Amino acid sequence: MANTISARSGGRRFGWMDGLFALTTVLMVVNFYLIFLWVPKEAVQGNVQRIFYLHLPVAWIAYLAFFLVFIFSILHLRKRGRRWDKWAYSSAELGVVFTSVTIVSGIIWAKPIFGVWWTWDARLTTTALLWLIYIGYLMVGAYSESAEKSSRLRAAVGILGFVVVPINYLSVYLWDTVHVEPIIGGGEESFLSSEMYTTLMFSLFTFTLLFFVLLKVRVMLRSNEEATATLAPD
Amino acid sequence: MNYWRAIAAIVKKDLLVEVRGKEVVLAVTFFVLLMVFTFNFAFRPGAIPNEIMTPGVLWFTFLFAGMLSFQRVVNSEQENGCLDGLMLCPYGRDVIFIAKTISSFVFVMIVEAIAIPIFAVVFNLSAIPIQLILIVPVATLGIAIVGTFLSALSMNTRLREVMLPVLMIPLVVPAVIGAVESTGDAFDGAGWSAVQPWIYVLIIFDIVFLVVGFLTFEHVLEE
Repeated sequence: MANTISARSGGRRFGWMDGLFALTTVLMVVNFYLIFLWVPKEAVQGNVQRIFYLHLPVAWIAYLAFFLVFIFSILHLRKRGRRWDKWAYSSAELGVVFTSVTIVSGIIWAKPIFGVWWTWDARLTTTALLWLIYIGYLMVGAYSESAEKSSRLRAAVGILGFVVVPINYLSVYLWDTVHVEPIIGGGEESFLSSEMYTTLMFSLFTFTLLFFVLLKVRVMLRSNEEATATLAPD
Repeated sequence: MNYWRAIAAIVKKDLLVEVRGKEVVLAVTFFVLLMVFTFNFAFRPGAIPNEIMTPGVLWFTFLFAGMLSFQRVVNSEQENGCLDGLMLCPYGRDVIFIAKTISSFVFVMIVEAIAIPIFAVVFNLSAIPIQLILIVPVATLGIAIVGTFLSALSMNTRLREVMLPVLMIPLVVPAVIGAVESTGDAFDGAGWSAVQPWIYVLIIFDIVFLVVGFLTFEHVLEE
């Protein structure tokens, strides 16, 4: 993997990653066109509702990212070597970024619609806790003594962090009995017009593609970082 | 020696060290008393009724006390290379995990048994509800399992004093919610039926973390 990058930086060849990157860029432009211009304004919530087409895909990606951390961490502990840790670590970084975007976009949306920036609803709280747990995951990576050891410690946090999701959800749900009805999460299909549905699906697909492209790029970068580190004189 | 006797041997050793050195229970009990008195100044007098305030103060005090104890119980093995000796024993690393969890649990339970009556007096509670007999051990066990696991994990990082709370607090939120809510219900005079769902949440929490800890601990402690 490291070789492909160094080869490419010398004599540039148009690889499949470049193609995918270009495709994602084009799709993202189309996606923004659909979200901000094409899809009709929602009757009740107005333009604010357009956040929904960003918020929901980003939240889905955040959970997907942490699920992948969980899977890659198990693989890492079972198989060892550097390979799966790179995927887990990169996925966790992206997960934290996407969770941050989820929380911020959710807050911006909630203020005009619910009248509050934040409610201690089970989904919000679970997502916020997940964000804190995976920042801890990144900190374990940053403050460990050796690379090999830190990869194992990270993997343990990656597994514990994901396992706690359903218990968190259950406990916060029980705790928050005056929980706001899931206006958005529950019966959304019931009032989504076909344009809205198309836009949402397109956005979901585009963001999923973006996530995998970023993940792959991050893993390649990490391989390069490691290759460089072995070259550096002590 | 079979599996359980190996665990019993480590627990016995920890208890013996504690009886002779009194390094955990005594120090942590004093810390808890300190918290009880200083927490009083965190709230304006009379602004919040004691029945509402007590469960939260109680469990956050125990959470912090727990973190001090777990770190001490696990880190004490690093002195004089004791940990290497333990790891050389012909048993899986999970023996160390279970044994250290039991020791931590026992120490924190002793601290809590001393502290709860003092809480009741200081916060003017008329009675200590019977439901605490079940709530306190189940919640403490959950906190002890996660705390012991993460103490061993953070022992291997720089900034270990910071890493334990940073990793532990978001992970024990379900146990804290369960403990605070059920203790609050118990103080309100609600019966067993009100406390029951929270006890279930706490038991699920204990089982899940015990199993995951059991399966992954060997990777955390490996040299």
